[in-house]
Amino acid sequence: MKQLRIVLALVCLLSGFFAAQADDHVVVPPEQKENDVDVKGIIFGHIGDSYEWHITDIGHTHVTVPLPVIVHSSVSGWHVFMSSKISHGHTHDGFYVAPAGSYEGKIVEKNAAGEEVRPIDISITKVTMGIFINCILLLIIILGVANWYRKRSPESEAPGGFVGFMEMFIMMVHDDIIKEGVGPNYRKFAPYLLTAFFFIFISNVIGLIPLFPGGANVTGNIAITMVLALFTFFIVNVFGNKHYWKDIFWPEVPWWLKIPIPMMPFIELFGIFTKPFALMIRLFANMLAGHMAILVLTCLVFITASMGPAINGSMTVASVLFSVFMNMLEVLVAFIQAYVFTMLSAVFIGLAQETGHGEHKAKEEGAIS
Amino acid sequence: MSLLLPESGLVFWMLLSFGIVFFILAKFGFPAIVNMVENRKKYIDESLENAKEANEQLSKLKAESSAIIASANKEQGRILKEAMQERDKIINEARKKAEFTAQKELEDAKKQIQMEKDEAIRDIRRQVAVLSVDIAEKIIRKNLDEEKKQMDMIDRMLEEVVSKSKN
Repeated sequence: MKQLRIVLALVCLLSGFFAAQADDHVVVPPEQKENDVDVKGIIFGHIGDSYEWHITDIGHTHVTVPLPVIVHSSVSGWHVFMSSKISHGHTHDGFYVAPAGSYEGKIVEKNAAGEEVRPIDISITKVTMGIFINCILLLIIILGVANWYRKRSPESEAPGGFVGFMEMFIMMVHDDIIKEGVGPNYRKFAPYLLTAFFFIFISNVIGLIPLFPGGANVTGNIAITMVLALFTFFIVNVFGNKHYWKDIFWPEVPWWLKIPIPMMPFIELFGIFTKPFALMIRLFANMLAGHMAILVLTCLVFITASMGPAINGSMTVASVLFSVFMNMLEVLVAFIQAYVFTMLSAVFIGLAQETGHGEHKAKEEGAIS
Repeated sequence: MSLLLPESGLVFWMLLSFGIVFFILAKFGFPAIVNMVENRKKYIDESLENAKEANEQLSKLKAESSAIIASANKEQGRILKEAMQERDKIINEARKKAEFTAQKELEDAKKQIQMEKDEAIRDIRRQVAVLSVDIAEKIIRKNLDEEKKQMDMIDRMLEEVVSKSKN
């Protein structure tokens, strides 16, 4: 208890100290007044995508990691250059970041008619870099663990330390989620579901680390969750058996629900698309909301900076305490969302594999979504 | 709203990297780990089964060995008993034989003694006869005249010799 009190006192002191210097640390657009904090800009800058990886500002110096821009213009073909060439409103080879309009924040160029158009843009953006970092980390971890096993025979003793932890983790996902969800022929789908679980989990956790290699909002980006949901969608429908398709086009319901108006088949057909859509939105919204909540709580310090030392000091303490709480909650959410995505994917795949007239696992679906 | 619109470039990179990662991990990563863990589980189950069997065999062997020891003990007792009986029998026989031999030897000795005694008596008799002849000769040489005296003397002497020898 005594230690806790000392820690709390230190936190209060430090936060007061930082609050006094707050305006040095915040990204302040030049057109705004010194104390007017652009909260929306900060939050959307952090959770959105960008062409460069902004780390921090020291004084008025931007500390950023430039990333390669790869664009294909319908006028001038392929262009590859570093994002530092187009930062702060600069124009490079006719490309520039649109300051406003429907393409705000994206690279655009002017076509022959003088209109702003989007080139084909496959730049390595912040989120792309985040994907790469997470993928490399995932490969290192899993292949490292797999390598430990490749050098040993099943007769050797069980691993300890990190390999043992990963084994426990992997087997938990494998036995509790995949085997339970998919059913008897789970073996074929285990690698995809395990990859999806660990990709989401690692991305979620890395996204919580505020410093450079982490912090990219990967799983809170709809493009990423869309790809993951598409993978599940294709696996469900490609490996779905006869019984699955029969259930969609000729479900076991009273005939007047099928003839003359195919009401139930329509609903079932619609369900094929809503299931992965729900997967996509659930993961995206949860991670986005978590990042937003933490950012808003952190911004409280800077918003209240102009309200005098008493309010600012107390809000700082509250902000730090809530941020700590939110971060802990987010660690839990990082696991839960990976778990839920994998489990629902497993259940959808399992439903498409069912052959008999067994009970549908609709109950489980309803409980989570 | 840009948050809700998937960016095509990101979709492209995500498809590419997730696809590659999925391919690599599905080929080299997860199956290796899962198979290994399952093999180990199988191996542990087998080992447990083997250990159980070995234990059963061991207890069976123990029972067998104790049975063998018990029977060996019994056998040992029986052999000892038999040996004792045998020993007693041999000793008895030996004693009887020894007694018999001793008896026989004794009898032989007695016979021998008897024979030797008889021989000795015969010898003495012979000697007596020789002596008496000698004496008679002497007496005859000395007193041939007194016949009656001579005869008396011979008789007396003979009597003495006989009585002496009888003793």
